[in-house]
Amino acid sequence: MKKIAVKVDDLTVAYNYKPVLWDIDLEIPEGVLMAIVGPNGAGKSTLIKAILGILKPIAGSVSIYGKSYEKQRQLVAYVPQKGSVDWDFPTTALDVVKMGTYGSLGWIKRPGQKEKKAALEALEKVGMLAFKNRQISQLSGGQQQRIFLARALVQNASIYFMDEPFQGVDATTEIAIINILKELRKAGKTVIVVHHDLQTVPEYFDWVTFLNVKKIATGPVKDIFNDDNLTKTYGINYKVSIQE
Amino acid sequence: MDIQEYFSLVFSDYTLRTITLGTAILGAVTGMLGSFAVLRKQSLLGDAISHAALPGIAIAFLITGAKDSNTLLFGALISGLIGTFWIRGIITKTHLKSDTALGLILSLFFGFGMLLLTFIQKQPNANQAGLDKYLFGQAATLVVSDVWMMAIVTGLCLLVMLTFWKEFKILLFDADYTKTLGFNTKFIDILITSFIVLAIVLGLQTVGVVLMSAMLLAPAAAARQWTNSLSVMVFLAAIFGAFSGVLGTAISASQNNLSTGPVIVLVASVFVVFSFIFSPSRGLLFKQLRFIKNRRDLQLHKTLAFMHQIAATHEDISHPHAIKLLNSFQGYTKSTLQKLVDKDYVQLQGNMWSLTKIGFETAANLYTKQTTEDE
Ligand SMILES: Nc1ncnc2c1ncn2[C@@H]1O[C@H](COP(=O)(O)OP(=O)(O)OP(=O)(O)O)[C@@H](O)[C@H]1O
Ligand SMILES: [Mg+2]
Repeated sequence: MKKIAVKVDDLTVAYNYKPVLWDIDLEIPEGVLMAIVGPNGAGKSTLIKAILGILKPIAGSVSIYGKSYEKQRQLVAYVPQKGSVDWDFPTTALDVVKMGTYGSLGWIKRPGQKEKKAALEALEKVGMLAFKNRQISQLSGGQQQRIFLARALVQNASIYFMDEPFQGVDATTEIAIINILKELRKAGKTVIVVHHDLQTVPEYFDWVTFLNVKKIATGPVKDIFNDDNLTKTYGINYKVSIQE
Repeated sequence: MDIQEYFSLVFSDYTLRTITLGTAILGAVTGMLGSFAVLRKQSLLGDAISHAALPGIAIAFLITGAKDSNTLLFGALISGLIGTFWIRGIITKTHLKSDTALGLILSLFFGFGMLLLTFIQKQPNANQAGLDKYLFGQAATLVVSDVWMMAIVTGLCLLVMLTFWKEFKILLFDADYTKTLGFNTKFIDILITSFIVLAIVLGLQTVGVVLMSAMLLAPAAAARQWTNSLSVMVFLAAIFGAFSGVLGTAISASQNNLSTGPVIVLVASVFVVFSFIFSPSRGLLFKQLRFIKNRRDLQLHKTLAFMHQIAATHEDISHPHAIKLLNSFQGYTKSTLQKLVDKDYVQLQGNMWSLTKIGFETAANLYTKQTTEDE
């Protein structure tokens, strides 16, 4: 039996009064490449943010390898949705990737040669080394996405949470990114990805979680990625919204 | 006094020197901190804080009866901080949009402050005259101890900024991510905001409640146009701010009746307008010029590519063709042809043209060129 990397118990999150996540229980085994799927507004980003302590849940708890997230922070890396930051910020691609080292540096200490080297390696891995001195606003959407990926890679974590890393990237970049993710899995890391393209789920991922406010199902792709669960996650809601 | 006279006097005249030094330091520190406000998209924050400071001034006067700036500004600091924390509270507790919260606090505190000022003015106490200088500022009332105060705060601010530079930078860029790395984002945020409050309060005496936020925003907005590096931006904003202070003081001192605060703000605005037009990478002027140049280049390239198509059908690339052939091509004009000749891409003989060797090669490579020209 594999170790459990991430365990979520009874997690409930609300922005206002109505919960956007209801009583989520989730166990993610170590070493899987897992897709979180669900319609827009299902709470996928919210789930990740709550696990990472960016949002405070109204109930429930999260543990990473059996301990609280606060204690295990350095094991976890996060790739936010690309649109969550202002890309007109005055800084370069290399500088953004270096931010991935800030966590291990801690307060006040500045990144030095070692951190720079790590950042350059990560840039190389995502094929963005040639753009290291580019102002980030002058990167294309797919390039910005790869910069975010590189920033997480620098953290050298055990568990990666990625919010729609394939958003707005072309086919070539998508393949490049998925290869990096598969490499991470090969190295024994756990990768959790919010994913919208249902077609590619069986090809890319070995584990999947269906989410729509509640958890619909979670498990190996080959066992649970079927019409039944897809209908439960997307179909019923779809009918409901037409009736309204 | 004209400007020349001012600059000869500024080193010898004690009052003038004090005021100039004060406005320069004030401009530098507000410019520096303004960069953070601008990048956090909290442009209204400065406005809200400065307006929120007004009731503090009035209450400090009512309680102590004192008119010295330190006491009154201390009151301003307290009410400015209260206003700021209310804004934070409103945003986190009620999910109102941040500009709504800022606007709310701004009008609430300013309204209350004005009410208190009118109340004070109605008092049969001769001492109250002059409180309204905090509305529009009065640089002439700056004394050496005020300038010292500004210098100390600026030094402190510089020290904190250098110490927490990395933390400030990452928080400004991506606050959620910063949190996941284990940084206490609330602490960093409060640190930045407290210094913004402090700088604003220091400026109230010189520039006043109403115009203070311009001191915060203008130098930073201007600086942003000239650079893509955060450190350079902060540095430039400080320089622009200091220059606005000095120039504003010089202009108002040489035109007897102009009050200093508004003139400083106007000078800072000139920096902004100038930067928005003339900055090489982001300015309107160069953008337009680049656009025109790109369009010309494109016409040139299209014509060259068209010629290349024709020339490529012959064994001999320099085989002459009739100029008439080009007339059917849309992008062709006499001047584009002339430019191609000037660049040695094309040779003319009577009414015939032929591609040169470089011309042919350039045309062949036109659309295969890679676009990663970095390094
Ligand atoms: N900051 C917020 N304040 C209030 N409500 C929010 C906020 N962020 C998200 N929500 C709501 O919470 C619900 C879940 O949002 P979330 O962003 O987690 O969805 P998602 O599954 O990531 O959607 P998408 O596929 O569009 O990214 C939505 O109904 C959304 O409207
Ligand atoms: Mg989302």
